[in-house]
Amino acid sequence: MSPVEMNLEARFEAYVADEKKIEPKDWMPDAYRKTLIRQISQHAHSEIVGMLPEGNWITRAPSLKRKSILLAKVQDEAGHGLYLYSACETLGVSRDELLDDLHSGKAKYSSIFNYPTLNWADMGAIGWLVDGAAIMNQVPLCKCSYGPYARAMVRVCKEESFHQRQGFQIMLTMAQGTADQRAMAQDALNRWWWPSLMMFGPSDAESPHSAQSMKWNIKRFSNDELRQKFVDMTVPQAELLGLTIPDPDLRWNEERGHHDFGPIDWTEFQEVVQGNGPCNKERLAARRSAHERGAWVREAAAAYAEKQAQRKTSSTEPHAA
Amino acid sequence: MSTSAKEWPLWEIFVRSRQGLGHKHVGSLHAADAEMAITNARDVYTRRQEGVSIWVVPASAITASSPDDKEPLFDPANDKVYRHPTFYKLPDEVNHM
Repeated sequence: MSPVEMNLEARFEAYVADEKKIEPKDWMPDAYRKTLIRQISQHAHSEIVGMLPEGNWITRAPSLKRKSILLAKVQDEAGHGLYLYSACETLGVSRDELLDDLHSGKAKYSSIFNYPTLNWADMGAIGWLVDGAAIMNQVPLCKCSYGPYARAMVRVCKEESFHQRQGFQIMLTMAQGTADQRAMAQDALNRWWWPSLMMFGPSDAESPHSAQSMKWNIKRFSNDELRQKFVDMTVPQAELLGLTIPDPDLRWNEERGHHDFGPIDWTEFQEVVQGNGPCNKERLAARRSAHERGAWVREAAAAYAEKQAQRKTSSTEPHAA
Repeated sequence: MSTSAKEWPLWEIFVRSRQGLGHKHVGSLHAADAEMAITNARDVYTRRQEGVSIWVVPASAITASSPDDKEPLFDPANDKVYRHPTFYKLPDEVNHM
């Protein structure tokens, strides 16, 4: 690194530490740029792939009202993906590159979406737990040091709160319903609980990027802190539903002022990250297929736009005498 | 991977949240042409009555000042405190002026 770059980097670090925001054209260290591209694109991909498990239930929602709500929610996820892709593009990467990295498997997305949605209560559990965990991760990002990401997150967080509340309401309706419905709600909680805890990422000691991201004010709380906060928030909600969280070690620890909980199966987490979860192949295949089958539409729209633009220029040109 | 087709151009989106307010930048999106940019902007940025009017501008049409010009452009205003009303100390009787 040249002395000039070292000086720039020192100024950058001090600037960010002072809670000031970085905007697209400002100087930033390469590593900061790379970290943000990785994180924002992963985040965008998660929103887009996250449409698939829920899309599975749109045609089978139990009522027209539930169907409208689910459609609105899935449309929000698409919107979130788009806010985030365009925030990511301000860092100098193109949309095509981002999509190629998703489709080739080079870029990751949240592992939670590699689990199947087996019954209607899964729509409730996803809203309540998965969106609940996402909110916990995302609220601190509204104050992230990179302006475009922070602004996108403000919009996302406003909309996520509807997602979580509608999810809890589905759980509540089913938990107060027939014995079969209660069993479905419990089954959904059983299957989504542990993957939701894994959403916060590896334990602090095992999290390779955490320390640097904290220093750059991209990340505000550690994975373990957020996970603990999520558990403490969710336990009384499960009690209200009359459902049992599937963890025999879960209990209030008076001394810590927090709930203790059992060990997370990190082998399962690693397996799913590596592509061996129950739905990894299906999810990627669905994304690739949608992209490939939409290619002719993108090309046709571009050709039409070009033709219209040409027509406009030729009609405004003065006619030859 | 299928990157054969060139990307649709990028548009910057501005939304007037209600009559009486100016259009404010809300983000960007890709669209083949202006008409599609408006339709997409409606779906992406105004799903919850966030606006009553949309402007779409090709991102390539925007000229931005450079961060390096921050000082020459904006610093000269630093030492002109007399441009602010608080610079003028007036007697209490008229200080609401």
